Amino acid sequence: MTVDDEPLLIADGLSKWYGRQLGCCDVSFRLYEGEVIAVVGESGSGKSTLLQLLCAQLAPSAGRVLYRMRDGVTRDLAALGEAERRFLFRTDWGFVHQDAALGLRMTVSAGANVGERLMAVGWRHYGRIRDTATNWLDRVELDRARIDDSPQTYSGGMRQRLQIARNLVTQPRLVLMDEPTGGLDVSVQARLLDLLRGLVADLRLSVVIVTHDLAVARLLSHRIMVMKDGQVIETGLTDQVLDDPREPYTQLLVSSILPP
Amino acid sequence: MTPALELKDVAKTFTMHLQGGIRLPVVSEVNFSVRAGECAVLAGPSGTGKSSILKMVFGSYRCDHGQIVVHHSAGWTDVASASPRHILGLRKRTIGYVSQFLRAVPRVPALDVVAEPLVANGATREEARDSAAKLLGRLNVAPRLWALPPATFSGGEQQRVNIARGLLPELPILLLDEPTASLDPVNSDVVMELIAERKRSGTAVLAIVHDPGVRARIADTVIDITCFAAAA
Repeated sequence: MTVDDEPLLIADGLSKWYGRQLGCCDVSFRLYEGEVIAVVGESGSGKSTLLQLLCAQLAPSAGRVLYRMRDGVTRDLAALGEAERRFLFRTDWGFVHQDAALGLRMTVSAGANVGERLMAVGWRHYGRIRDTATNWLDRVELDRARIDDSPQTYSGGMRQRLQIARNLVTQPRLVLMDEPTGGLDVSVQARLLDLLRGLVADLRLSVVIVTHDLAVARLLSHRIMVMKDGQVIETGLTDQVLDDPREPYTQLLVSSILPP
Repeated sequence: MTPALELKDVAKTFTMHLQGGIRLPVVSEVNFSVRAGECAVLAGPSGTGKSSILKMVFGSYRCDHGQIVVHHSAGWTDVASASPRHILGLRKRTIGYVSQFLRAVPRVPALDVVAEPLVANGATREEARDSAAKLLGRLNVAPRLWALPPATFSGGEQQRVNIARGLLPELPILLLDEPTASLDPVNSDVVMELIAERKRSGTAVLAIVHDPGVRARIADTVIDITCFAAAA
């Protein structure tokens, strides 16, 4: 079978203690191009800690993260300089926060929020930046007439779509998402999920998405990692984990979903 | 001729941790094979593990014991021990599955639900939609429905969308779970014709069919699954 066998990201024995408090423990996995992994589990299980370790926002207590750069060379994130890491963050990586206000600059216009990422990678031509930003507003189904409004005037669902546009405009290869649909009402959620599904497939993004919503995991992910008390207790194909859960905790999670 | 699909000594038990760890043995010592161009039907009363076998072959249920060997152009893969990535690869290029019920995604139109597997295999969206439209037409799904998400369709319409999605990519192995159960005689007939066409082009079919008439028309072999009943 011909599968491209170079992972984009390798987590190798990642652990994090906050003093004596365990964040996550000995997490290892490989993420390939175009692959979506959902990390599920209740709050406090170490999901968000893991996400921050993956993009070097936190330094691990043990273990390492390897990333295949655009030149094809796989490097240890800890060995990168601060400038290199920041450059990755501005270009090759995206991070979608649950609270869009954390991922946006709330005091500048929607267009500037998208354009800023382009300027960070060297775009200077105002007209081109504005055209591209407008284009992205269309792609995330935001009204282009609102391009000069600040995100403060946007609803929660609109802010989330703007945050996604801001992240994707530089064509990142890796996108980390922390509960991207949390706190949105269901109709807004469905629209956002559908949008994400399309973008992830079209752009062949590699994604690690943290969620406690198993329906989100079912819709978006290829694989699932179930976390409990800082450890990955079960992993597998998404339908395998959801349809044939093996661990007691996973069975509890799956059986706790209310049918609509 | 080598089989397309072989199950060797396959066993499956569910452990229900929320019910005090009850163990539910489903099947054991499952041994059979299906050759290219052949249709094998799994027979037996409800609850004896027919769908579980299908799901193990597709990889959505884990297989506790034994081997599920799938032959494909690049060799063979044991689904029971394959990595998730390899199983996803098999689903793209080798194994098609028509489940009992369509799992509809909100907001995605029926035409794209059907076209999606072709797009995933590299077809352009237009090509894929053209082929999807032809197949939906053959299955008598009214064109006015094609642009709508199937969530609101009738059971029979949803099932035909599901069948079209499973059959369109023309993969070498096809798993069918009660494909005609919610269909009227006319559409049932179309589905049987489609299955016969796939068999002629060399597809190995493994199906669950209760209806004796349908079974008589498509089955080359009938596998009595009660002989795989696991000792409780």
